[in-house]
Amino acid sequence: MSTRSKVWWVVGGVLIIIYCLFPIAWIISLSLKAPSDIANGQFLPSDPSWTNYSTVLTGAASDLFLPALRNSFGICLIATAISCILSMFAAYAIARLDFPGKKLILSVALGVAIFPVISIVTPLFNLWRQIGLYDTWPGLIIPYLSLTLPISIWTMSAFFREIPWEMEQAAQVDGATTWQAFRKVIVPLAAPGVFTTAIIAFFIAWNDFAYGISLTSTDASRPVPAALGLFSGASQFEDPTGAIAAAAVIVTIPVVVLVLLFQRRIVAGLTNGAVKG
Amino acid sequence: MSQTTLPPVEKTQPVSAPGGTISDRSKAERKLGWMLAGPAFLVMLLVTAYPILQAVYYSLFNYRLTDPENRSFNGLSNYWVILTDQLWWTSVAITLLITVVTVAVELVLGFALALVMAKALSSIRPVVRASILIPYAVITVVSAFAWQFAFRIDTGFVNNWFTWLPGVSDTTDWFGGTGTSLFVICLAEIWKTTPFISLLLLAGLAQVPEVLQEAAKVDGATRWQRMWKVTIPNMKAAIMVALLFRTLDAFRVFDSIYIMTAGANNTESVSFLAYRQTIARVEIGLGSAVSVLLFLAVVLIAFLFIKGFKIDLAQARGER
Repeated sequence: MSTRSKVWWVVGGVLIIIYCLFPIAWIISLSLKAPSDIANGQFLPSDPSWTNYSTVLTGAASDLFLPALRNSFGICLIATAISCILSMFAAYAIARLDFPGKKLILSVALGVAIFPVISIVTPLFNLWRQIGLYDTWPGLIIPYLSLTLPISIWTMSAFFREIPWEMEQAAQVDGATTWQAFRKVIVPLAAPGVFTTAIIAFFIAWNDFAYGISLTSTDASRPVPAALGLFSGASQFEDPTGAIAAAAVIVTIPVVVLVLLFQRRIVAGLTNGAVKG
Repeated sequence: MSQTTLPPVEKTQPVSAPGGTISDRSKAERKLGWMLAGPAFLVMLLVTAYPILQAVYYSLFNYRLTDPENRSFNGLSNYWVILTDQLWWTSVAITLLITVVTVAVELVLGFALALVMAKALSSIRPVVRASILIPYAVITVVSAFAWQFAFRIDTGFVNNWFTWLPGVSDTTDWFGGTGTSLFVICLAEIWKTTPFISLLLLAGLAQVPEVLQEAAKVDGATRWQRMWKVTIPNMKAAIMVALLFRTLDAFRVFDSIYIMTAGANNTESVSFLAYRQTIARVEIGLGSAVSVLLFLAVVLIAFLFIKGFKIDLAQARGER
């Protein structure tokens, strides 16, 4: 590659980085603006302060934000765990066993993945009210499975297909029991795929807004995205912009940390699931 | 889903041969297969098929949550009400507009990003890859807020930065009209989902045989010709998959609209209309009918894609 084209590819790369990070930089900058600074029309705060963070974490908006944060973590973790366990079994069967209906399971998963969330919300709203699941944790965990299960099944079966299953037999030939072979050979090989799938599923559940805003009404179960959406209406202070920005930064931190730690695996998982299935 | 969407499933030969006849063995395997995969399958059906059937049922009733006593069967008249209402057709037009614009821009932009990522020097590649995942990981609501605050008259910097553009001044109210609101909504959607497309296209680029590129180069093809005659045809399948997923996703747009305009100024999408009918106005009957229509629209799009473009997802996965 000539020096000139090298320079161009570097410029391109830097442009991508700016494109990706610019709105994040903006929301961080906004979150550091003092109330008098919010409407200064500038990108950067003239006098950075932590006021908005204290509003969200200990002040007027904490009643709305902190329970929502707890709900989001709890509900998303449980939904991720359930869908991981279910799809682990399913993906093992799909990658390993020969049985009629494999294609049916994969195509149902694809069908569920393209399902418009709002079409499920409408009937659930009514049903949940009748059976008492409205505004409860299970009332969100169950519908979240419609988001997390399909992608978990596809991603995990893509990973499981690449496991060299013969190694299990080799271990058995070498004298390991079935259980030992499974635990010592298959589990370590499958763990990265399961883990990656869990992260992706967690992102998807964490991102949900439609279920959160429709199937909850109080801080008993309202997740963070829905709480953010309701910020202006539900809190007492005048201009919630700074507080929303601070809350937005706080909910973005965990996912960004996960992304930075596991980027290689996440890319592999996303493209395997969608492109290689 | 039609048969063409199915991935080819390799027939893994059972490596260990437990005693008994072959039919016994395959019977046991079938049973085990369904025992393991059945729960996930059942849960998926429960969380989607059951609600949609329920929605079909509700959609046949005149049913308001605030007035449950007067629930009455009225056949298909909810559908008639919706399909003859201007509101429905406006929301369909808005949704289609957002879908077409965002998917078209994302495809071109995503392809450019994928090309840069494929060629980026190893020194900056890890940083590029990490940052491209960030829009994917940021929740849609946060991205919608970031873009809304940037464009708003009181909190934004956009009016300040772009006064040199014709039509932009200190007092441009981006959320005051349909066109400008939709512009910002599309920007936010594009920012958020282009990385996903470009990751898929990057995977597709990797599947283009290097040999073909070299051969075309030797034959004197220009960079542009190689792009159109070699690269793109060879990754057609990956492009189609990215296109299909993004189109279906864009057609369901809801979060950004809820945050940025809440449907004001004719910016209501079909999803938002369904939400507003059911949750805000508690018109369960009408809302269910809108939901069913939305579902049918998504199925229709998927069907048209798979039949019309002859997408073979199996091929896209590079398994042939």
